[in-house]
Amino acid sequence: MVQYSSAPLDASFAALSDATRRGVLEQLGRADASITDLAEKFHMTLTGMKKHVGVLEHAGLVTTEKVGRVRTCKLGLRRLEEETAWIERHRQLWASRFDELDKVVEELKRKEKVDGRKRRK
Amino acid sequence: MDARGESEPTPMKNPTTTERKSDRELVATRTFNAPARIVFEAWTRPELLKRWWAPKSFGLTMISCEADVRVGGTYRLVFRHDAFPEPMAFFGRYIEVTPHSRLVWTNEEGDGGGQVTTVTFEEKGGKTLLVMHDLYPSKEALDAAIASGSTSGTGETFEQLDELLVTLGESVGRS
Repeated sequence: MVQYSSAPLDASFAALSDATRRGVLEQLGRADASITDLAEKFHMTLTGMKKHVGVLEHAGLVTTEKVGRVRTCKLGLRRLEEETAWIERHRQLWASRFDELDKVVEELKRKEKVDGRKRRK
Repeated sequence: MDARGESEPTPMKNPTTTERKSDRELVATRTFNAPARIVFEAWTRPELLKRWWAPKSFGLTMISCEADVRVGGTYRLVFRHDAFPEPMAFFGRYIEVTPHSRLVWTNEEGDGGGQVTTVTFEEKGGKTLLVMHDLYPSKEALDAAIASGSTSGTGETFEQLDELLVTLGESVGRS
């Protein structure tokens, strides 16, 4: 077995060791939800669901925000940061490609101009 | 440097944008200071494609580049990144080729979760707006691509977590 030593990972794996919590993450991957929604969905008391969400929150997998009387849960910042970073790397790769493509395009433009001039002669 | 004819201004680098448009879609855009037929040519002639697809500035080196750009034709691009010993191969099939305006191809290098890439070339006032649209078969497929595409330690971490979630998620009972 692979050994995981870092503390955040331990928290993540502990959080993931429970079927309900894995289900909650899957659910939040589709849409944000309130604790009440989640409790209903998983046939659980509000207190029970609060505990599960607390474990996920502690592991950084879920964030919650209370607006009025409703606490909304969404996938954690760690997931979102990871995605943002990936999209930025994706952008950088394509920006580098397109900068090289510019050079090819400029060359083709010059060629077309020269060929056009030759043809007119 | 090549001598530039007339008094053409030095071309500025146009910005590239990328965005996750939805659960299943990634979109990248870029404007080129040239007519669509020229930009299209650079995407469809393999000897030109190989000159820009694996930019040195990104640590990439092109190993081989084959592209039979016609409907049903296949492509195979093999390149290497400085940080990885193994070369990477990208391959698939062109499913739509409309001269100067549209290219669509499949990406078959992944494990069955391949996205379909559509590139459109839209000419306006001598410039071309290029839009590259990747449509993944599912949210999970794009999430997995994001997780596995990460090269950092956290990336590997999340890849493992995601694998776990996918495998375990399937067995979550919804009693």
